[in-house]
Amino acid sequence: MDQIKEPIICVENLTAAYEETVVFDNISFDVCKGEVFVILGGSGCGKSTLMKQMIGLYKPASGKILIDGQDIVSAEGSERLKILAKIGVMYQSGALFGSLTLFENVRLPLEEFTDLNSSAMDLIVQMKLKLVGLKGFENHMPSELSGGMQKRAAIARAMALDPQIIFLDEPSAGLDPITSAELDQLILNLARNLKITFVIVTHELPSIYAVADRVIMLDKRARKIVAEGKPAELRDQSDNEWVRQFFNRKVSSNIP
Amino acid sequence: MTANTTTLSTGTNEQGNVTITIVGRLDSASTSSIWQKAMDALEEASSKSVVVDTAGVDYCDGTGIGLLVELTLRQRKAGGELEITGLRTEFQRLMDMFDPAEFEKTQIEKPYKARLPEEVGRAAFTIWDNIRSQITFLGELIVALVSAVGNPRRVRWKDAFLIAETGGVNALPIIALISFLIGLIMAFQAAIPMRQFGAEIFVADLIALSTLRELGPLMTAIVMAGRTSAAFAAELGTMKVNEEIDAMSTMGLDPVRFLVVTRVLAILIMMPLLTIFANLLGIIGGSVVLLSLGYPLVTYVDRIIISASYGDLLGGLVKSLAFGLIVAGIGCSRGLQTKTGASAVGVSTTKAVVSGFILIIITDGIFSVVYFYLGI
Repeated sequence: MDQIKEPIICVENLTAAYEETVVFDNISFDVCKGEVFVILGGSGCGKSTLMKQMIGLYKPASGKILIDGQDIVSAEGSERLKILAKIGVMYQSGALFGSLTLFENVRLPLEEFTDLNSSAMDLIVQMKLKLVGLKGFENHMPSELSGGMQKRAAIARAMALDPQIIFLDEPSAGLDPITSAELDQLILNLARNLKITFVIVTHELPSIYAVADRVIMLDKRARKIVAEGKPAELRDQSDNEWVRQFFNRKVSSNIP
Repeated sequence: MTANTTTLSTGTNEQGNVTITIVGRLDSASTSSIWQKAMDALEEASSKSVVVDTAGVDYCDGTGIGLLVELTLRQRKAGGELEITGLRTEFQRLMDMFDPAEFEKTQIEKPYKARLPEEVGRAAFTIWDNIRSQITFLGELIVALVSAVGNPRRVRWKDAFLIAETGGVNALPIIALISFLIGLIMAFQAAIPMRQFGAEIFVADLIALSTLRELGPLMTAIVMAGRTSAAFAAELGTMKVNEEIDAMSTMGLDPVRFLVVTRVLAILIMMPLLTIFANLLGIIGGSVVLLSLGYPLVTYVDRIIISASYGDLLGGLVKSLAFGLIVAGIGCSRGLQTKTGASAVGVSTTKAVVSGFILIIITDGIFSVVYFYLGI
């Protein structure tokens, strides 16, 4: 990727805390346009908290999160909706609406937020489902689909309004290696062709190597970002022992 | 022309073909504004070959591609050809991901319209299926209850007492309020006509008999069906959806023994107690009216003792036990029958309350007949 790096998400001095426990303290990073950005870290380090703050679900203790120049932390009302229109989110288990068919699930945001006519919406929904390889499953209920299909459908729904940024929470958790690889391919395809920015929370090393342009790593003890860069570089060259262990899947020698 | 406006114009090129020229952004907002215009332009052209000039498109997302695909599809359907020119390479790459031919035949299923005989058949089958599953459940429950009675140590009493508190004790305020008001209203309504005959004091008889025999147990059961039975169905339903029930079965724990028996026992213990409170509050409600009419309390109490017997009270309490079995049993059985998804929990809860009400009323009727023949 040789285009000019233009940040689309800027996280500035972000602190998260539950009651008295500080999860991470004063972290800052940028995500560039069209980048596949992965948030890593051990269990309980606040990856999900960070993501939920970035999509505006949780309020941070302090700090700013600028999405395309607007702060999602302080935005309210229509301003907030405008920011939310720029992002799409896929939740860990899909979170498709169980009472709607796949087709209706993807169509819902189009119905609510665009002025497209009915046949136009139908076509776009089919195109989105085609994109994630679920053409022919339009009339299925989410409960009739496998886990991988539900995740892909959730990506289709997140993409319905063509957002600039898509957040994925553990996209490949619980998927078989083949489906997981297909999903990686899909993410790369969308990032390269549609210039969609992806922010992904995941643990799956193979898929990190496959898709990530850049990763950040959070550490529970240090409560900050301990590493930032390309995954292959971090694996081979990081001066932090724990980071190298993480990427090499080694057992920590100093487990208490 | 500013970058924000998207325009669409038609014309004819050197070869005499109709051209549709799109200039500006093709994102979901702007595309929807020119969608209809584009379709109209294509229809008006009604030409064998149409050229769509997109050299002026500086941004195009999935919706924009959708427009181009739709134009292609329509033109092909009309038997013509459509050529897209000038699309930038990055958008062309996007366009290449979609083959218009693939979207030609897809049909979205319209809601299926059933005919009357089919509907009747389906309804009959559902009812039959329903009855069967209730009977199966009743059988399982009885087996589990009998084994619980034979081996009381196996019952999880800690859970049962907790449920007795949340499902029973916490229902006391609402049951007390409703019983008190029902007693008061009934006494008031009865006192007006009875006054004409100077028979206000017999309001006490009316309140005592109707509350002990009928309204106390019935109102308690109705409140419990709306409150506790629904809670059971929702809780067990959510457990079913979350595969917690499956987990229990594979661990070798019988969900009926583990979840249902504790709930049924808890409610069986609580129902008579709640009914006694309901009776008491109903009678107190009635006394308010008679006191305000100038009768001393002792007269009211005297009338009640004369008119009502222990048989009336016990008959009501026995009935409340049956109601308790229905309330807890139906709530649990509907919860366990929950299918998948969030809406299924709503369906189960609704069914629990509705079938609870129906069964309570039917059972009440049966008790009335039985008591009549037994002379209670």
